Amino acid sequence: MFGKLTWSAIPFDQPIPLGSSLVVGLILCAVLAWVFIKGHAPYVWREWITSVDHKRIGVMYCILALVMLIRGFIDALMMRSQQALAFHAPGYLPPEHYDQIFSAHGTIMIFFVAMPFVIGLMNFVIPLQLGVRDVAFPTLNSVSFWLTASGSFLVTISLVVGEFARTGWLAYPPLSELTYSPGVGVDYYLWALEISGIGTLMAGINMATTILKLRAPGLTYTRMPVFCWTSLASNLLIVAAFPILTAVLAMLLLDRYCDFHFFTNDAGGNPMMFVNLIWAWGHPEVYILILPAFGVFSEVIATFSGKPLFGYRSMVAATMVICILSFTVWLHHFFTMGAGGDVNAVFGILSMVIAVPTGVKIFNWLFTLYGGRVRYTAPMCWSVGFLVTFAIGGMTGVLLAVPPADFVLHNSLFLVAHFHNVIIGGVLFGAFAGYNYWFPKAFGFTLDERLGKAAFWFWFVGFWVTFVPLYMLGLMGMTRRMQHYDNPEWYPWTLLSMVGALLILTGITLQVVQLIVSIRTRDRRRDPTGDPWDGRTLEWSTPSPPPVFNFAVYPDVSGADAYWGMKSAKLAQEPDYTAIEIPKNTPTGFVAAFFATVTGFSLIWHIWWLVIVGLIGAYATFVVFAWRDESEYEISAEEVARIDRANREARTA
Amino acid sequence: MTTVLSPIGPVGAAERTILLDALAIMLAIVVPTIVATLAFAWWYRAGNTRARYLPDFQYSGQLELLVWSVPALVVLFLGGIAWISSHDLDPAEPLTWASPANKTAKPVEVEVVSLDWKWLFIYPEQHVASINRLVVPTGVPLHLRVTSATVMNVFFVPRLGSEIYSMSGMATQINLQADQPGTYPGLSANFSGDGFSDMHFTLESVDSKQFNTWVASAQAAGDELNDTTYRSLLRQTANLQPYTYRNVTEGLFNRIVSLQLPSGEGPPATPSPSSGEH
Repeated sequence: MFGKLTWSAIPFDQPIPLGSSLVVGLILCAVLAWVFIKGHAPYVWREWITSVDHKRIGVMYCILALVMLIRGFIDALMMRSQQALAFHAPGYLPPEHYDQIFSAHGTIMIFFVAMPFVIGLMNFVIPLQLGVRDVAFPTLNSVSFWLTASGSFLVTISLVVGEFARTGWLAYPPLSELTYSPGVGVDYYLWALEISGIGTLMAGINMATTILKLRAPGLTYTRMPVFCWTSLASNLLIVAAFPILTAVLAMLLLDRYCDFHFFTNDAGGNPMMFVNLIWAWGHPEVYILILPAFGVFSEVIATFSGKPLFGYRSMVAATMVICILSFTVWLHHFFTMGAGGDVNAVFGILSMVIAVPTGVKIFNWLFTLYGGRVRYTAPMCWSVGFLVTFAIGGMTGVLLAVPPADFVLHNSLFLVAHFHNVIIGGVLFGAFAGYNYWFPKAFGFTLDERLGKAAFWFWFVGFWVTFVPLYMLGLMGMTRRMQHYDNPEWYPWTLLSMVGALLILTGITLQVVQLIVSIRTRDRRRDPTGDPWDGRTLEWSTPSPPPVFNFAVYPDVSGADAYWGMKSAKLAQEPDYTAIEIPKNTPTGFVAAFFATVTGFSLIWHIWWLVIVGLIGAYATFVVFAWRDESEYEISAEEVARIDRANREARTA
Repeated sequence: MTTVLSPIGPVGAAERTILLDALAIMLAIVVPTIVATLAFAWWYRAGNTRARYLPDFQYSGQLELLVWSVPALVVLFLGGIAWISSHDLDPAEPLTWASPANKTAKPVEVEVVSLDWKWLFIYPEQHVASINRLVVPTGVPLHLRVTSATVMNVFFVPRLGSEIYSMSGMATQINLQADQPGTYPGLSANFSGDGFSDMHFTLESVDSKQFNTWVASAQAAGDELNDTTYRSLLRQTANLQPYTYRNVTEGLFNRIVSLQLPSGEGPPATPSPSSGEH
């Protein structure tokens, strides 16, 4: 009846996962109880869960990322404390638990923190910057989000029902094959990523279409804000790369479920093929993450320097060069598989070549600061912190691209320090800069600046205190994923790294406090103008939060930095308002993701009848949506006029 | 000391040189960039009335040329280093360049098999094998063929230099050399399951007399390594104390590589779904 699922799946004998999942469960129940008791349930359902508004979906992506960031960071704390305790000692996490922790940490941080964060920012910002009313396919957007949420939900239940993968975040076979990982952990990993990966692919198609096909009149490619350009590159990469991930994970699923031999040791399987394919997705993936972050920095640095971005054309060219080159470097993840001098050298040099456009970007941001009037708000702190941090992270990356240097550093903690250097220092700093920068646009009030800056400093210092020791440990020959060790030279550095993790913990705590304090004092921090930073791009011409239709009339763009031009020319005369058609909210995304979760869960536990129920449910959801009678509703011209006049008044006052 | 910056052989020494050279070249550009970032960020702060405000400064052909050519030149230079060193230090290349003696020296052959979770070192010419201890003569080149009888691992002695993957169904090659006598830690650098952290071995670099003595003692004692004793290694065990085998069956390594012998057994059957063995 319930396949492999029995009571023994719940780890009653292991206090750590049981206790932490109880806490998570209690928090979830408390939130749900509060929503129902306070009578917010209909509002949450109507305005958020079923919303197809790109702004709401973008916000939900970011909330998902922030929640999962806390989960992933708890894993990080456990890893750092385990290594700090495990010198000549077993520590407190046995291998079978520790191995799940680092696998879950990587999976969560990449797929359910970094990805939803950048996709959330793109979702929220892009239609506003393009001067349009929504993304190309609003309902699909909702489906994408809920499928991502479904994946992260599956990863979260693995905490209490069964186990997570004990293979590392990329689940290399043969270790991830049935012979060596017979438990459900790898299945959780695979189905969670298959489901959320499909969501991501659809989000990529949606965003790329939006940028290519929907832009305000006059907003030509050469006038698009750089954030739109980097997002375009990122989404093109999603469209090209995510099918590879879906396919390669599907092949591993066939190995595990249907006794295929794509990657097994025996019967002609070839595990190296998996490694090639997963990195053919995995290397573009890091640019999928970093390019939107580059876009955020471009917007933030230009705005707070009070200048247009330096070298716009160079920036666009550099972005597109990175976009193409990112597909040509995957082999640098395994120089030590013995490919030979020619192959290693070609991939090494191509990897270095990516440093050229990236270097150009750094220099262009530098010259944007030059001659500016730099206002040090929280987003700007993250951006300058990024410039410094990323310069080092990029450098260690080029170092690892020299094959003989990689021969001694591959898979060491030096590598771990490098990719955290670029992912924290680049992607996460960018996401936080964007979060502080666009928060007032989304909610109509600013975040507390002092707490925001304090959080930045703890993160910044904490980052270096955590990861400089890991660079050192890598040079000292310590490899990643060690549950215990007996080398006395490593011990002081693992302790220091733990201190750094505690500093980052303080940073995260301050961010939570910043959010709570800002919400509680929101009446004092209202932003009536919709343009709190003296912005340059179109999103700042809308009220905060923007009305559901974003723009009462399509803005007429006549140059780069569209809103800056409009501000200089003063507000034009009142336009003629017409009624606006808006897509209706629909629970399609939520319901489809519900069935996807049911299907995924029952596939993991081999509950075949429930698989069929889930698949029928998902298909039925699609059919019901496809046969809908009304898909849009109308906002009258008077209503549009009323909202827009209020916005104009606030700006001229 | 385990650091890769204090190598005991020519491969590690060459790699350290490349690592430090590449680092120095890049620091020459990264440090000024960081200094300039901080200087600009400080000088052009909004409160500084002495800083000139250039609200329209957004393009300069000369600066554009500079920002593209500086990183391009650095990468051109580093690319040259990468091209040459990738060929010189290709793990499969014999170490004839390391010393004049190496031009004629015959390397010691070792066949390396990674198992769950131990290392098997087979000396095909001496017909002996060793678990978790690699004894080599000092100053003589080594030629290692590496495979896995289980999941992927990486053979790595940090102070010798170059890592290499061990993979089932194929043999990778690596040439190394220890020029200093002593005992050095070796490990697996690729996660391979629950026993991974205990999957280390020691490299013992000894003079040729001691090496011959060790070979003779290994030839004289211990179990034979044949199909039966090899199969007993396929079970998952960790933290094995080093021991040796004598009379290794001819061609055993090649039969492991060509999968004529079974792969590692993996965890015992029917584990509890929660987390395997408690």
